[in-house]
Amino acid sequence: MPEKKVFVGDVRFFSVLDESGAVDSKLEPAFSSDELKKLFEWMIQIRAFDDKCVKLQRSGKLGTYLSVLGQEAQVAAALAMEKNDWLVPYFRDNGLILARGAKFEELLAVGGGSEWGSQFSGPNILPVAIPVATQLLHAVGIAWGMKISKEKNAVLVSFGDGATSEGDFHEAMNFAGVFQLPVVFFCQNNQWAISVPRKNQTASETIAQKALGYGFSGVQVDGNDPLAVFVAVSEALKKARQGKGPTLIEMITYRMSDHSTADDASKYRSLQETRAWEKKDPIDRFRKYLKAKKIWTQAWEDRVGQTIRTRIEESMRKAELIPNHPSTDIVDFVFLESTMELLRQREFLEEAGRREKRDDAK
Amino acid sequence: MTLMNMIQALNAGLFGAMQADDSVLVLGEDVGLNGGVFRVTEGLQKKFGPDRVIDTPLAESAIVGASIGLAIKGFRPVAEIQFSGFAYSAFEQLVSHAARIRNRSRGKFSCPLVVRSPCSGGVRALEHHSESMEALFCHVPGLKVVMPSTPSDAKGLLASAIIDPDPVLFFEPLKLYRLKKEEVSEDHYEIPIGKARLVRPGKHVTVVSYGSMVPECEKAALALSEKGIETEVLDLRSLSPLDFAAVQESVKHTNRLAIVHEAPYSFGVGAEIAARIAERNVLELDAPVVRIAGLDAPMPLSKLEEAYLPNANRIAFEIEKLMNF
Repeated sequence: MPEKKVFVGDVRFFSVLDESGAVDSKLEPAFSSDELKKLFEWMIQIRAFDDKCVKLQRSGKLGTYLSVLGQEAQVAAALAMEKNDWLVPYFRDNGLILARGAKFEELLAVGGGSEWGSQFSGPNILPVAIPVATQLLHAVGIAWGMKISKEKNAVLVSFGDGATSEGDFHEAMNFAGVFQLPVVFFCQNNQWAISVPRKNQTASETIAQKALGYGFSGVQVDGNDPLAVFVAVSEALKKARQGKGPTLIEMITYRMSDHSTADDASKYRSLQETRAWEKKDPIDRFRKYLKAKKIWTQAWEDRVGQTIRTRIEESMRKAELIPNHPSTDIVDFVFLESTMELLRQREFLEEAGRREKRDDAK
Repeated sequence: MTLMNMIQALNAGLFGAMQADDSVLVLGEDVGLNGGVFRVTEGLQKKFGPDRVIDTPLAESAIVGASIGLAIKGFRPVAEIQFSGFAYSAFEQLVSHAARIRNRSRGKFSCPLVVRSPCSGGVRALEHHSESMEALFCHVPGLKVVMPSTPSDAKGLLASAIIDPDPVLFFEPLKLYRLKKEEVSEDHYEIPIGKARLVRPGKHVTVVSYGSMVPECEKAALALSEKGIETEVLDLRSLSPLDFAAVQESVKHTNRLAIVHEAPYSFGVGAEIAARIAERNVLELDAPVVRIAGLDAPMPLSKLEEAYLPNANRIAFEIEKLMNF
């Protein structure tokens, strides 16, 4: 029996704008100038909000914060989604979550330590999953439900490069492939999982190629090119809605910030590397493209920037106006109907509250 | 009424639930074509089709994780973990998500999920096939843990688990699967989760148990009765939430308490009950609380299984000691 080739794989890299912002007109999506402006606005909006959140954390007004600096092109993925699609985010997705319709004050509430913030405005957004890669399985289940009920919708689930080492990533990819589920695996490969570089996360050449092992296609996109992200995600979602199964998108980008406000990236990565990526900044690149198309002016960006800053300030006031939640919230959402023991513990909380008030009055 | 063993009762319960509600799905390893390795899901796929009775790839975390997504999307998945000793790879999904999604989203999303899994020993199975690790799950806020000990309880508790708005772990003692048959109603009925069953009334001592140990407690009670000791036997049926009121009620008139479980002695359901009695009812006791349990050692293979498991003799012996305190 002679040897024969039994599998041939193919993974492509896709971009629309090069690093200087020059466009490949054959691949350019048909956006109106208003749509292009909107995309740009979302990107500068998340950068401004992100910057504000880091400052609020430094001044003690927010808990640990995870910046999306450098990954702003993620907003394009949200804009590619339809209303009845579902977004299953990870913890570095504030851009995606906002562009899907959540409000600044909701994210500020989450960051400020309130579960209520996770009731995001905007259609079908799950709260952020912190344990890495666990949310991929929830996306698979939601997509499975869509398939069973013959809905023509899809799920976008987002995660980082580190997540691809977790077992749940592989189990989710496997289930999605076996059952041909309408789910798009959106991997934001930002090169670092806290201090571990991408090359120590997997020996494979690309993350995208892992899809081939599960029987569906994977594609690599320039993740600092919002047009490429939009096109790739739109196509994958469309394919999913048509019942043609899942796709893995590897969005090549870079985490310009520390892992979190509790981290110091200078301990483990070089300044040269960060500087090299600065030159590929997604906002600068997109601005050059808009300028060449004569859509962008400095005056327009200044105006938009001012509006954004005002909105962020307003949202901070709104967030500050939210009254403190009663301590009984801790036990009231464990089950729909509290158990006897939880009711007993609820009384304990109420009594502790009354005692505190009495002590304050003294 | 029909004479059924626990497997048949569970099967009938699943049939009824799937018939009553299109959103009920059954998924797991070998549950479809094969009808489950213990035949609990026999005939379901034939009746309801492969979209509702799904043979999944062999991956416990995915079975539970995907079920969480299905539940969030509005389905009522009944997932099977083939043996509870294999549930640990799904532990993170249960603890970090199934148990928390309602709380995390302040009620916007919920997880009405049932995970069924055979548990406990006594059938000379392979390693990991005889585990009684229910206390691990009882400790998790947001999970309910149920374990029936009779065919009719199994059917009624499963009905309640499936309509429950929150995640329920449903442990089935595999030793009891075919141990006895009893008359079970063909009609739909629910046994509420969180209500213990009085198995046998008695005035001298209370024995609280659940799952595989309930029949052993009954046998012990019978033997003790011949010696003039009237044992009140309570079957918890649900471990979390716990029907502690029923335990208190019983202890108030017997003034003596023993707790019997197959699970390891330390940090278990017995410890919880003993601690609560110590906190709230200690003055009503005429003797210290006794735990009759498995050992703090890995479940042995079949040659030593009998030495590990509590049985009617050991239970009767310990209770006599308790009476003579």
